[in-house]
Amino acid sequence: MTEIVLTIDDRQVKAEAGMTVLQAAQKAGIYIPTLCHHEQLEAYGGCRLCMVEVESRGWTSYVVSCLYPVAKDIIVRTRSEKVDRIRKVLVEELMAHAPDAPELVKLAEEYGADRNRFEKEASFCVLCGLCVRYCDEVKKKNAVSFFDNGSVRQIKFVPEVAKNECWDCQECFALCPTSYAQAAYLLTEALAFPGQRKIASRVAKKAAKPRMVIPIMAVPMTGQNSH
Amino acid sequence: MPKLQSAAELEKFRAELLAKRSSTKPCIAVCAGAACDGLDSAAVAAAFKAAAAPLGDKLEVRTTGCHGYCEKGPNVVVTPGDICYFEVSPADVPDVIEATLKGEVVERLVYKDPKTGVKAVHMQEVPFYKHQTRLLIGDNPKIDPMKIDDYLAVGGYAALVKALSTMSPEQVLDEVKKANLRGRGGGGFPAGMKWETTRNAPEKTKYVIVNGHEGESAAFMDRAMLTGNPHKILEGLIIGAYAIGAQKGFMYTRHDMPLLEKHVRNALAQAAEYGLLGKNILGSGFDFECELHFDVGIFVSGESSALMRSIEGNVPEPRPKYIRTSVSGIWDKPSNLNNVETWANVPQIISKGADWFTSIGSEKSKGTKLVSLSGHVVNSGIVEVPMGTPLRTLVHDIGGGVRDGKTLKAIHFGGAMGGSIPAELIDAPLDFDGMSKLGAPIGAGGLLLMDEDTDMVEVSRYLMDFLTKESCGKCVPCREGMKQMLQILTRITEGQGKAGDIERLQELIEVTGVASLCALGKTSGDPLKSMFRYFKPEYEARIAVGSDAK
Amino acid sequence: MSEETVNAIIEKYRGQPSSLIHALVEIQHANHWLPREVMHQVADALQVPFAQVMQIASFYKTFSLTPKGRHEVHVCTGMTCHLRGAAKLQAKVEELTGLKDGQTDADAKFTFATGACLGSCSIAPELIVDGKHYGRMTPDRIEDVLKQYE
Repeated sequence: MTEIVLTIDDRQVKAEAGMTVLQAAQKAGIYIPTLCHHEQLEAYGGCRLCMVEVESRGWTSYVVSCLYPVAKDIIVRTRSEKVDRIRKVLVEELMAHAPDAPELVKLAEEYGADRNRFEKEASFCVLCGLCVRYCDEVKKKNAVSFFDNGSVRQIKFVPEVAKNECWDCQECFALCPTSYAQAAYLLTEALAFPGQRKIASRVAKKAAKPRMVIPIMAVPMTGQNSH
Repeated sequence: MPKLQSAAELEKFRAELLAKRSSTKPCIAVCAGAACDGLDSAAVAAAFKAAAAPLGDKLEVRTTGCHGYCEKGPNVVVTPGDICYFEVSPADVPDVIEATLKGEVVERLVYKDPKTGVKAVHMQEVPFYKHQTRLLIGDNPKIDPMKIDDYLAVGGYAALVKALSTMSPEQVLDEVKKANLRGRGGGGFPAGMKWETTRNAPEKTKYVIVNGHEGESAAFMDRAMLTGNPHKILEGLIIGAYAIGAQKGFMYTRHDMPLLEKHVRNALAQAAEYGLLGKNILGSGFDFECELHFDVGIFVSGESSALMRSIEGNVPEPRPKYIRTSVSGIWDKPSNLNNVETWANVPQIISKGADWFTSIGSEKSKGTKLVSLSGHVVNSGIVEVPMGTPLRTLVHDIGGGVRDGKTLKAIHFGGAMGGSIPAELIDAPLDFDGMSKLGAPIGAGGLLLMDEDTDMVEVSRYLMDFLTKESCGKCVPCREGMKQMLQILTRITEGQGKAGDIERLQELIEVTGVASLCALGKTSGDPLKSMFRYFKPEYEARIAVGSDAK
Repeated sequence: MSEETVNAIIEKYRGQPSSLIHALVEIQHANHWLPREVMHQVADALQVPFAQVMQIASFYKTFSLTPKGRHEVHVCTGMTCHLRGAAKLQAKVEELTGLKDGQTDADAKFTFATGACLGSCSIAPELIVDGKHYGRMTPDRIEDVLKQYE
């Protein structure tokens, strides 16, 4: 693999062609905050917290390091007045949803973000998509997904799939930075297939009996304002 | 119709076609463009067809695409002579037919200057048309979009013949580069450079795409071109594919225009029938096929990488531009996307050469530009002028000024991602870079006039509202940032402005502008930026209303 | 009848995941909405995850996840129409039908929607019912237009 040398925060960093700036930084022990990033998942570029300043051939630009490929002789700054301001505002926007999320609280302290700057939103999901992408790319079950678009985008469990898959898995709960995933699953279960868990364990004890199928009630999960 | 298998066969066919057509036989062209259609031009066309039927060969009636003078529809143009009749109704049909057969004019239907009463009969005398340079849209009244022969009769596909039989792909590419054709969809990026990047990408499979989405509010020229003269765009596309080395093309357009879909499908089928699409086009050894795709009604799917996701069958989420779509686009293959108007310019660049093309326009913006005039303008419609034309010409000479006797307050370009400039800047030239510097990038060319009663604060609230509904929702700065900006603007319009609101908006504009993933988020704050540049006192006064009340 | 048409559409696109959007558009046109069971069938036939079908169906406002009325009443809220009084048209339609944007009435007669630029800016502001354009509209003429529809 070709070796590429770039500068990150005034340090010479050696990286391999095909790496992203984030990967190169992590390899060199340089910290860049992330939220929607996960090693097992394709880089998403949704939260924008990993934005860095890149100077290349005389041009300065702001890019997300989780996706930006390393290149020869680029100069990367993981902190600057502008980068810090971007992170501060992004954290403030996210804290309108989840002011108590541990990762956000830590970032707020570091960047001087005001958790009360924006009016509190109804949903504490920050739409990082870790649960959705994990279920799609790793588990390949697609039990949870994005719905709607724009500012009313939301993450919901798909009852028909969740009832068969989620209780035995639950792996996305730990990924969620705000514990919304777990809450959303439990709400889905309560509304769409209540009692399933108890019945399932009873059935497991009586191996001879066929598994009971709970009919799904079509409970619309929307309740948000429609455009 | 057997396939035309060589350039010579096509030219022979064209010559035979022209020999059969008489240039003296009168033809009545009825516009079926969107606005005329909305004014029931279909009834006018039906009445003409019914009245002309018993006359057999003496008279031709043709339905065409948009002529451009939408304000005065239903539009009718009679040749020979290019006699323009306006606001024609079915009741006028007998008089028009009688006059046409006699070589006379129906006086009551011609253009009359609203101030002086002076009449103008022929197109080149009508002020709206006189000041234009109609290189692209000029053919519309001459063509029935459902008939490829009409396009051939006006010289269509001659550029393709020239490219395939006398030029190499590299030569075609060089000509387009020399012409400095810049993208007409809003980016203004040099098309030749994009073509070259796609051509040089290592993958063998390559795609070309026509972006006919036209989601920009108040821009309606692309739909008019694609519905009125689909072959012109197709010809440009095939030439481009030849230059780039692409084997397949996609026409991407909107789902909500049945006439557009009908015309494009028909054009693709006829082109294939004639051997202009498919294998070994005109015996050149070049294979190319084209598919029609449509969106499902969301603005962001006009963004090039989102559009490509949509063609793949995925949700139209834009991809970060570190991966250029000309290198990795649809299904990760190099994909060259250009706007309808950009493709439409290609045939004439090949036919008449880059030197001719660069003689039109300004120093860095060459050629003509289609502009859709709307808003509080007297003459709403689609016009075509050379780049560099002062806005004053568009607004007054062509547009006829502001309606209802009001004065002009602002000119807006670029829809929800553009900007407004005040009336004092009306002598600015129509130009990519100049208008960008003024804060009102021309975008796709939708020019909106705003009169003295326009509430500029409400306009920016409206534009932000539009964008929040059209955002895909993937990235935080766009999804959350625009929502917060909208809340602040709504508060201000409701008289609840707070001290510091402008600073709050400016910080949000900055962060959303830098951190957003795609152009929608990045330019979402641009209208506001132009508002603060030129109309700040209006905002300050509105905010003061709120703070005073406290 | 509708069910046959819908089944025919699904069969046409069987095994073609990249035609998902085409399939849904055709079903929406034929059936005027996308029932959940039908989306399951589409997911199975086209070999895409059900969640993806749902995501696309909820992303685009052209698709309706609830039954629509017999007639679609649309007020264009593009920039030109907005400047030329679309808000007043919208208010009048709301008053006459009792429907807000996106709603269908209890008799399933009208579905009301607003949306952006349909390209007929020169005859702004516009009311569109079942695809028929009523240009240069004024609030006082809306009632007569709507009366024509059963």
